[in-house]
Amino acid sequence: MVGRRWWTPWLWLAPALVLLGVFLVYPVVDTIRRSFLDERSKNFVGFDNYQFIIDNPQPLVSDTHSALLNNVMWLTLFTVITVCLGLILAVLTGRVRYEAVAKSTIFIPMAVSFVAASVIWRFMYEFNTEIGTVNATVTSLGGEPTAWLQDTGAPQTWLTQRGPDTLPQPIQINNLALILVGVWMWTGFAMVVLSAGLKGISTEVLEAARVDGANEWQIFRRIIVPILSPTIVVVATTLVIQGLKKFDLVWVMTGGRFKTDVVATLFYKEAFRIGDFGVGAALAVVLLLWVLPVMVIGIRRFQFQEETR
Amino acid sequence: MARRNPSTTAVAASSPFTLALQTARRLAGRMPLHLALIGLMVLWSIPTIALLVSSFREATAIASSGWWNAIKNPFALTVENYQTVLEKQGMARAFFNSVIITVPSTALVILVAAWAAYAFAWMRFPARNLLFLLMVALLVVPVQMTLIPVLRLYTDLTVDAQLPILGGRVFGTSSYVGIWLAHTAYGLPFAIYLLRNFFGSLPRDLFESAYLDGASDLRVFFRIVLPLSMPAISALAIFQFLWVWNDLLVALILLGDPDLAPMTLKISNLVSSFGTNYQVLTSAAFISMALPLVIFFALQRYFVQGILAGAVKG
Repeated sequence: MVGRRWWTPWLWLAPALVLLGVFLVYPVVDTIRRSFLDERSKNFVGFDNYQFIIDNPQPLVSDTHSALLNNVMWLTLFTVITVCLGLILAVLTGRVRYEAVAKSTIFIPMAVSFVAASVIWRFMYEFNTEIGTVNATVTSLGGEPTAWLQDTGAPQTWLTQRGPDTLPQPIQINNLALILVGVWMWTGFAMVVLSAGLKGISTEVLEAARVDGANEWQIFRRIIVPILSPTIVVVATTLVIQGLKKFDLVWVMTGGRFKTDVVATLFYKEAFRIGDFGVGAALAVVLLLWVLPVMVIGIRRFQFQEETR
Repeated sequence: MARRNPSTTAVAASSPFTLALQTARRLAGRMPLHLALIGLMVLWSIPTIALLVSSFREATAIASSGWWNAIKNPFALTVENYQTVLEKQGMARAFFNSVIITVPSTALVILVAAWAAYAFAWMRFPARNLLFLLMVALLVVPVQMTLIPVLRLYTDLTVDAQLPILGGRVFGTSSYVGIWLAHTAYGLPFAIYLLRNFFGSLPRDLFESAYLDGASDLRVFFRIVLPLSMPAISALAIFQFLWVWNDLLVALILLGDPDLAPMTLKISNLVSSFGTNYQVLTSAAFISMALPLVIFFALQRYFVQGILAGAVKG
């Protein structure tokens, strides 16, 4: 509109800008500031709070090393397993007549809260073989029941029934059990997005490959995966952010006990249970630093979209 | 596969015997596909079914035998657990709290984001691109980065006054207004991003002719933009609703008063006090899932559209 006054756009933007300023921009700056102050945000302490995270002086109260390693586990395993399963399911569901039903079934956990999912899976993982579905299945197949949420042993020890735990610390049974719940919830997301990408691949390309004698695996590996790779990146970045910030699931299922703490749960404990705003803020900044590469990728992708619009 | 390869069907139709043979062979060839897919579908639904079945079993039955035994005696199912949990454990109140927290937060996000998105999409002003880039950056900022300052701000700005519905506290921690505003703000980057992209894709001619006819921005916004954007707004509403409904962390920190606790917070407390008391936990969890599941099944199309339009915020 030609006759718009200069302040009209700002009037439309004002409510959003005020809310974003008060609840996001100012807090981010303030949290960074507090990460250099002591536990009551009174005195400047330099990098002491970050030193605390690196040195891990209180492993029994707040095990920062274990939390960092567990976050790396979440980032990698959760993302990789979810993307792979989502991709497999996107391909499989596209080939059957009951596609809609199959997709809904896999997708349902997305609508459920992490709290409800935690209750569901605490029940599945229950140690008592009369009640716990997983342990009932394991014992009926001749295996030994396991305390899935408490067992810090390595998975191969459980599989082969003998020690020693040769794998490094974060690869422990209870962490894997937690991550699988995350996978259960997010596979539907990966499947839906990847399936939409898959529908965009022209059938002529696939037909041509079949005529040339390519088998289904070759088509998947050499045609579908390369064409889908931009979509896979989008899905993976979303999952990385999810895996990074994971709080509810760990908090409700184990409360971070048995070495299952992640940075997000440790942040909550330090800032709001122990009451150390300094270390709490530093842990939040660690999360932000981990997100930064994804943020840069997002901005780049956005700028590219704008240029090509 | 018949669709992809019409020649096979044509030839096979010539003889009933060959047709039967071919169908059998095709089914056999595709057996592994069906087995794998149906296996995964069963695996994915068992946990939810286990929860649902258990929530209707008697307390003694849940504690002594697996949920799969319910099929032996289907008439022993009861709604007693639901009665207990709603009345004695205060889930009815928590459900009410969840609604009070979620509905205004969802409405506010849509309103505020739509205004801003309209400006971003159809108005020219300095620093427009820079501001929008900031929005894209804020999309991925972990909510943890904001919680300490927001809590400090709320404790400093607490306002107590007796008002209907809002309870004794108008603003600050443990106030409805406080949590509405926080959830609205946290939802804004995703909402503005989604809506701005959608508004921007509406045909330019529509706007130009409306402006030429002398329509004001307000008129264009309410008469043209909003009605045409219902698909995007529906998707956004579903996401924001589910995000707030399913949130634990923000409620945990900003709602100290147990009387205001939404269901997620309530259930999380039940888990710490009744760790293995599954008749309480299963029914409570299912009450909290009921509304999201209804929304999911009724509005699945919009849900998927929303996901495809802008991935998901966390």
